[in-house]
Amino acid sequence: MTSVVETKPMTDEQLILFETDGPVGIIRLNRPKVLNALNPQLMTELAGQMEIFDRDDDIHVIVLAGSERAWAAGADIGDMAERSMLEMYQRDQFATWDRIRRIKKPIVAAVSGYALGGGCELMMLCDVVIASETAQIGQPEINIGVMPGAGGTQRLTRAVGKATAMDVILTGRFLDAKQALAAGLVSRVVPAEHFFTEAMRVARDMAAKGPIALRLAKEAVLKAFDSTLSEGLEYERKLFYMLFATEDQKEGMRAFVEKRKPRFKGT
Amino acid sequence: MPVTATTFETIKVETADRICTITMNRPDVYNALNDKLTFELQDALKAAARDREVSVVVLTGEGKAFCSGQDLGDLKEKYVPGYVPHLGDDLRKRYNPVVTRIREMDKPVIAAVNGVAAGAGLSFALACDIRLASEQASFIEVFINVGLIPDSGSTFTLPRLVGLSKALELCFTGDKVTAEEALRIGLVNRVVPAETLAEETSKLAKRLASLPARGIALTKRLLNQSYENDLAQQLEAEAFAQETAGLTEDHYEGVVAFIEKRKPEFKGK
Repeated sequence: MTSVVETKPMTDEQLILFETDGPVGIIRLNRPKVLNALNPQLMTELAGQMEIFDRDDDIHVIVLAGSERAWAAGADIGDMAERSMLEMYQRDQFATWDRIRRIKKPIVAAVSGYALGGGCELMMLCDVVIASETAQIGQPEINIGVMPGAGGTQRLTRAVGKATAMDVILTGRFLDAKQALAAGLVSRVVPAEHFFTEAMRVARDMAAKGPIALRLAKEAVLKAFDSTLSEGLEYERKLFYMLFATEDQKEGMRAFVEKRKPRFKGT
Repeated sequence: MPVTATTFETIKVETADRICTITMNRPDVYNALNDKLTFELQDALKAAARDREVSVVVLTGEGKAFCSGQDLGDLKEKYVPGYVPHLGDDLRKRYNPVVTRIREMDKPVIAAVNGVAAGAGLSFALACDIRLASEQASFIEVFINVGLIPDSGSTFTLPRLVGLSKALELCFTGDKVTAEEALRIGLVNRVVPAETLAEETSKLAKRLASLPARGIALTKRLLNQSYENDLAQQLEAEAFAQETAGLTEDHYEGVVAFIEKRKPEFKGK
């Protein structure tokens, strides 16, 4: 059996780039030559950086961006083509994805160009999706004899319903930005030249809210994908009450009553 | 690769002074559209859209006609009892990409309608941003004569140009519209004597080519979008586009030139 241990490629290429802009942590996928194809190493670095931002009290919101040409055009097919079932099973490359799923701070996706296969699945792991008019979104795995493996069949179905999910997954066709918006797969569509600045605008806007409320609200919405309605309602109610233990709740409500802008402190 | 370096069989492509002129070139059959011509048009439009040396595109026809539409000459052998045509696929592959490339190109496309524009040939003229017509031009929605519907965007562009009822009349009857009538109903922007069409087209194209390219591109996009948007969406689209336009060097130059009371020199940046 061939080794399933990841060998680090001999390259100085930085698979992701990151920076901060005030309370916004920005991560850019950086494999332009392969349209940001997602390989396990990139996903590991991405999850790692997201966890760093998640732990950083100065960061309130995370922006994840691709390039204008491609958000992420899928996984590294060449890397997987000749692997056996056992190798794939033992490598468990999707385990990293669960780490991104557990990020507590809101993630804004800045999506332009291709968001295909793993790219679409990564997009669906984000919370708010700002899409450029040029976005092409799909799960074309069926064209190469497989199927989505990083959540596509589950999250797409929950996002857009069975009819559209089946259409997209079984035919491999792409949705353009407008169709994706109509289907509820993306949050907003903007001209290509503004996809990143708009994502930043949304992120800064969110970052000005109370960070604890942001996190709990995200958690509550995600609970809707993973529970019955009554469980979800119970959960929501508890989180709502929980916020009354924070100073931000007092500040927010007092500011509203006093007709001034609130100053949230994350406490 | 510059557009001029490409060799085509059924069209001529010339680029000069930032203007790319695409001439449908099958004059012996009134520039009828066979497979080759539609695919070459697609290629030429794609290349012109990408070419940084091109600011304006002109579409015209060689000889007496602008374009007589689908070439019916090769149908004789096909149309025998039992023949099942698949015209939908034909449109998707051959015609529709021509129309979308004209409409989605970030550059003005002028139709210089030198003679008859019929069927898909008329549709192509209608897809262009501005139509200049020779006095000898004529326009015919011929489709109904062979039991078909006006395609290649005609059902979209025609009612928007001449109004619903006039569009229905033209499509129902297949009547020929003269250049004079076309001007009256808003089907063309201007009618000029046949011998001056090339010159007038060139004048207009040069003028458009001298304007701020980014502003022109955004304007075309917005006006086309207006048919799909409601007011709120369109206002938002304008806000985004103006943000972009405001960041161009041409905007800065335009304002400074105005303040300094001189003619602006736009660079398309």
